[in-house]
Amino acid sequence: MTEFLGYERPDGSVGVRNHLLVIAPIDCSYEPAKKIADQVPGAVAITQTHGCGADTMLVHNLVGTALNPNVAGVLIVGLGCETLTGEMLMEQIEPSGKPVHNITIQELGGTLKTHERGVRLLQEMAQNAAKLRRESFPLSKLTLAVECGGSDATSGLAANPAVGVAADLLIEEGGSVIFGETQEMSGTQHLLARRAVNDQVAKDVYTIIEAQEHRLKAMGVDSRWMSKGNIDGGLTTIEEKSLGAVRKGGTKPIQGVLFNDWERFDKPSKPGLYVMDGTGWDVPSVTHMVAAGAQVVCFTSGAGSTTGHAVAPVIKVTGNPQTYARMTDNMDVNAGTILDGSESLNSVGRRIFDMMVDTANGRLTKAEALGYRDYIVFKRSREAEHLLGHC
Amino acid sequence: MNKAIQIDDKDNVATATGDVKKGEQVEVLSPEGKVILKAKPVDDIAFGHKLSLRRIKMGEEIIKYGEVIGVASRVIPAGEWVHTHNVDSARLKTSGEEVRGVTV
Repeated sequence: MTEFLGYERPDGSVGVRNHLLVIAPIDCSYEPAKKIADQVPGAVAITQTHGCGADTMLVHNLVGTALNPNVAGVLIVGLGCETLTGEMLMEQIEPSGKPVHNITIQELGGTLKTHERGVRLLQEMAQNAAKLRRESFPLSKLTLAVECGGSDATSGLAANPAVGVAADLLIEEGGSVIFGETQEMSGTQHLLARRAVNDQVAKDVYTIIEAQEHRLKAMGVDSRWMSKGNIDGGLTTIEEKSLGAVRKGGTKPIQGVLFNDWERFDKPSKPGLYVMDGTGWDVPSVTHMVAAGAQVVCFTSGAGSTTGHAVAPVIKVTGNPQTYARMTDNMDVNAGTILDGSESLNSVGRRIFDMMVDTANGRLTKAEALGYRDYIVFKRSREAEHLLGHC
Repeated sequence: MNKAIQIDDKDNVATATGDVKKGEQVEVLSPEGKVILKAKPVDDIAFGHKLSLRRIKMGEEIIKYGEVIGVASRVIPAGEWVHTHNVDSARLKTSGEEVRGVTV
């Protein structure tokens, strides 16, 4: 059995990175939060940009990121008058046993004092986190998120099926895989439902895809189901895009649908493959899957993509040989060898699996080595969901 | 030689793995690399785009991956470029013109 080297957390989960997370619960404190994080190695600042509310969908994502095993410790830097308070986040992060601190700018008397206090707290957490050593763990402790962005016709022919092979290999070794982007499952519900482990899961697959089709029809944005790049790249309909997109999830049985709304934020409960109900927008989708516990991400792109994640390594795979040649600085894996017949699908899939283990062991992805730390929280409109009768 | 891939034997379209000029011969391969047939496109087919493998009637399903990816919005002769100008989504009817007009 393959093993990987990771950092064990107090709650028994295993991280593949040892980041400190600085959370600005509101964008008002994000600039100071970033300056504080910049001062300490391994620290990274995140925020949400949905205004001053205590919407639980935002809380789920911020807390989920803090609980991700790749995070060693947490510092919350608030403004002081925000509705989504640091205490709300602390309450849900503390049971994990991770160190977590909460400070506010208004209470400390301005940003310079906050900077000093914040850096001191982070510094201490960084010193302690640095003492942790990587140990060997089975792949049953690893969750992979798979994502696609900037898809073209090669995504469904090469990159997605190859990532699917890697996903299957991980599940065969006891690991877990999450794939999301509900609108990019449209037209494939019958195929996904057939792979569900029971009738309830099959029903859940139909429920989330039909709800998403309902949302898009209500908005009258049928034609925006795909980007200009998708269409220029040869994808004609959403069904065609979806059939290619779902191949990144591999071929294993679907253990469950991960729902998320104002009451629930599901995470994988046992090993295997999971479908996450979420946005088709790539960076928020990755943000969401990492908040659900994924430590490593495989991201396919036909046209080429640069994005990383605040606390998780993102491995970039392209099925387009021209894109790989043009964007070697950003793309980690060339799966385009499948198209010219020089390499088999299984061989590329094995290469991706090996790179995933290597990345888990500590090797930096190209996005990490370039310092890209994308993080965007997606939130549905509660008003719209009510009007549509979804909640 | 120009190549295109027919992913499933039920497919009535194949995907070009390089830019193909109108009238040039194309070898249509299975995913295992076996030559299934030779086609002569009546349009230029760009890399990643599809050509029809036979005449497709108006309203007939377009099959790729062995599954329905849409329906023909008009008759599609064999070897024609298959895209938003002659195919509609079967799930959400959207005319090709609208699709092509939108930039997101």
